[in-house]
Amino acid sequence: MSDKKPERRDFLFTATYAVGAVGAAAVVWPLVDQMNPDASVKALASTEVDVSSLKPGNTITVLWRGKPVFIRRRTQEEIDVARSVKMEDLIHPEKDEDRAKNPEWLVMLGVCTHLGCVPLNDKGDYDGWFCPCHGSHYDTSGRIRKGPAPWNMEVPKYEFVNANTIKIG
Amino acid sequence: MSDHEYTPKSKAGKWFNDRLPLLTLANHLTDYPTPKNLNYWWTFGGILTFCLITQIVTGLVLAMHYIAHADMAFESVEHIMRDVNYGWLIRYIHANGASMFFLAVYIHIFRSLFYGSYKSPREIIWIIGIIIYLLMMAAAFMGYVLPWGQMSFWGATVITNLFSAIPFVGEGVVTWLWGGYSVDNPTLTRFFTLHYLIPFLILGLVVLHIWALHVPGNNNPVGIDVKKPSKDTVPFHPYIVIKDGFALLMFMIVFAFFVFYAPNILGHADNYIEANPLVTPAHIVPEWYLLPFYAILRSVPDKLLGVVAMLSAILILAALPWLDTSKIRSAVFRPLYKQFYWILVADVLILGYVGAMPAEGLYLLVARVATAYYFLHFLVILPVLGLKERTIPLPLSITEPVLGGSPNMAMAKKKESKIE
Repeated sequence: MSDKKPERRDFLFTATYAVGAVGAAAVVWPLVDQMNPDASVKALASTEVDVSSLKPGNTITVLWRGKPVFIRRRTQEEIDVARSVKMEDLIHPEKDEDRAKNPEWLVMLGVCTHLGCVPLNDKGDYDGWFCPCHGSHYDTSGRIRKGPAPWNMEVPKYEFVNANTIKIG
Repeated sequence: MSDHEYTPKSKAGKWFNDRLPLLTLANHLTDYPTPKNLNYWWTFGGILTFCLITQIVTGLVLAMHYIAHADMAFESVEHIMRDVNYGWLIRYIHANGASMFFLAVYIHIFRSLFYGSYKSPREIIWIIGIIIYLLMMAAAFMGYVLPWGQMSFWGATVITNLFSAIPFVGEGVVTWLWGGYSVDNPTLTRFFTLHYLIPFLILGLVVLHIWALHVPGNNNPVGIDVKKPSKDTVPFHPYIVIKDGFALLMFMIVFAFFVFYAPNILGHADNYIEANPLVTPAHIVPEWYLLPFYAILRSVPDKLLGVVAMLSAILILAALPWLDTSKIRSAVFRPLYKQFYWILVADVLILGYVGAMPAEGLYLLVARVATAYYFLHFLVILPVLGLKERTIPLPLSITEPVLGGSPNMAMAKKKESKIE
């Protein structure tokens, strides 16, 4: 190829391949993208939860975007434990202050960051959550402390609409 | 090998065959010369073909009654079990058929490992086989999701989440696979579509698998090439057809035992509870045929590396023809390999056992040792063994050991008493 001078025909071949490739990609993309979340799935973006009946030390689980969300009203003891942990001891260092703006309320996706199981309440070596699937232990702030999960349980976007209602999403 | 000229006897046959040589193909398949020393471990190819056709036929019938919708799937399966005429039978054949399919494929794979059927010139047959095996796992996994029970839902969640281990794009890939933010209706409908498609892909690959087999011909228990077709081989029909048929009958007895006497023994009771995204079953365990790989996944304490180890455990098989440096095919003539072969069999069985147990304490330790040994076998033992091992002299031909002309007389005697 290199020792031969490019001809008119070589240019035509290259141009044809290029246009063909772009055309093929343009046709393939809709076929791939149709598998992404559709408009009706995206529309279910937020949910409001009444938390007035929740006592300290209790957790409720609500469904948001098909995923469980834990809402825990933490006891003072749990908050103290969560806030006294040194950052060096954490696998995925995050301050409890950043995870629970209002320390009494911990809101997070109840989804283990290993392979997506729902961890169990008040279980595990750190008295937070324990995932029965592959043995990940989370502390009272939902942070990963032991086991195969790589990250802390995710805190979704949420806000208190009023004193008794949390809006997730 | 057997591509001799063939002319149909009838005039109509000749007319047709000149335009589309289907009769030549049929003649090739009937007369296909097969080594005459094939033992019963060689009958599993036919058994697997039977399994594939059984799954396609029963699956087609189930699809006439099943509804792929998150709100209706569970009920429609119960509808099949209770209302549809013979629905219980068809579903139990399909569900247990998957297990029988894997039982047969594992025997088929381990037969290849023992007799070195993956070695030159049969590498392509072997690699196509590995692709079929991968597709079988994908089909089985997606099929298990369709009843939309608790194990279906959480199995789907765990397996699709494996993709989230991919750096950077993992989360996006998982969302794309789900068609949402969790396993839900869009996931179910696409899994149904793919579950329907994959068996036909497998069927196509089976044609290629057999085509590639018919180029060099079958390997055989002594693992040497056919020297004289007239002496060393028998035609496929009627010899192998009868033998395969008899083995298939025996296999169907086992199959029928599960379908009629223990149809749920290989499943999980949790899958008779409808899917609930808020509660994970206490013990998520995949179907038995995936347990060794599940044990490997769990034995690595890092998410990404666990997934990599699990995939490597399967893909390493594709490289086997090049990892095994020995020119001798059959383990019969490789005294050391034979021992390592049985250790590997035990290793895989142990992995399967610990895969079903909770990942803690002694089970976890055993899983880690067994995982390490699995890779050691393929990456260290096989390459070194091929260079170091002192093998037993090969017989001069396939017929030789039968007639007592082998340089290894003890072997010849053993063979003789076995065959006669």
